[in-house]
Amino acid sequence: MHRFANPARFQRLSAAILPWSAGATVILLIVGLYVSLFGSPPDYQQGDTVRIMYIHVPAAWMSLFVYVNMAIAAACGLVWKHPLADLFAKAAAPVGAGFTLICLVTGSLWGAPMWGTWWVWDARLTSVLILFFLYLGYMALVNAFDDPQRGMRAGNVLLLVGVVNVPIIKFSVEWWNTLHQPASVIRMGGPTIDPTMLVPLAVMALGFTTYFITVVLLRLRAEIVQRKIQTLRLTEAQG
Amino acid sequence: MAEFFAMGGYAAYVWPAYGLAALVMVGLLVATLKGLRGAETTLKALEGSRPARRRPRPKDSKGQAAAPSAAEVSEG
Repeated sequence: MHRFANPARFQRLSAAILPWSAGATVILLIVGLYVSLFGSPPDYQQGDTVRIMYIHVPAAWMSLFVYVNMAIAAACGLVWKHPLADLFAKAAAPVGAGFTLICLVTGSLWGAPMWGTWWVWDARLTSVLILFFLYLGYMALVNAFDDPQRGMRAGNVLLLVGVVNVPIIKFSVEWWNTLHQPASVIRMGGPTIDPTMLVPLAVMALGFTTYFITVVLLRLRAEIVQRKIQTLRLTEAQG
Repeated sequence: MAEFFAMGGYAAYVWPAYGLAALVMVGLLVATLKGLRGAETTLKALEGSRPARRRPRPKDSKGQAAAPSAAEVSEG
């Protein structure tokens, strides 16, 4: 893994990946939007509001996926002092926060016509709101120190502590009574959702993943350039 | 077409959901690209103002005037 810790090697690797991930994102999101809006039927109970699912559910998956990745990076950053791991968590945080925001707002827009309420303080909704605040808290913490290293370390600790929230979100719909429905795609015994709806869901989820890869690589490149600027200014000031 | 935009009477919920997702994702991408461009320009200018070692390419002469020199910035 330390082979990828070398920033010069990372710059080369990311330059090779970026055109592919960007191209895949464009194609997947165009196809995904088409099948979500035109190619899939309205639900027999929920009508056309079911189309909100093709945004809401992939965004919810991504909000957890990004957080878990950041927490793994935080562990690598704390244990092995891996320089790119710290930067990855910092680069991924705004993207994760964005997906969580999309998840919360689209959930609200879906809940209003179907549940009859925009918001309830139940386990699933509250734990996702806490996830959103964890992202915001991490972003504030990392930038709150004059010494970026200390900020990174504090942020990494917060990310690791916040991991307890991940299983709470996942199992909240089974442990507690909630308005939110239980999982219907990722569950024991296979998905219980019709293929006409599973396809747009899967395509959108893939498109969100490649979007995440693209934006994180771009942000990581920017972070590395910022690091170079910092060291250049330091040596300039000393010499 | 009008029927499509009506979304079975749920247009007020479906379109804002798609609109917000597009806004957040495009906004993040644009902010990211702007940040990367900005950082790369600053780095070019800084490297251009260091004549002694590590001069990558001779084409970065115009960056010198545009950005403040590294010494000025770090003194403040």
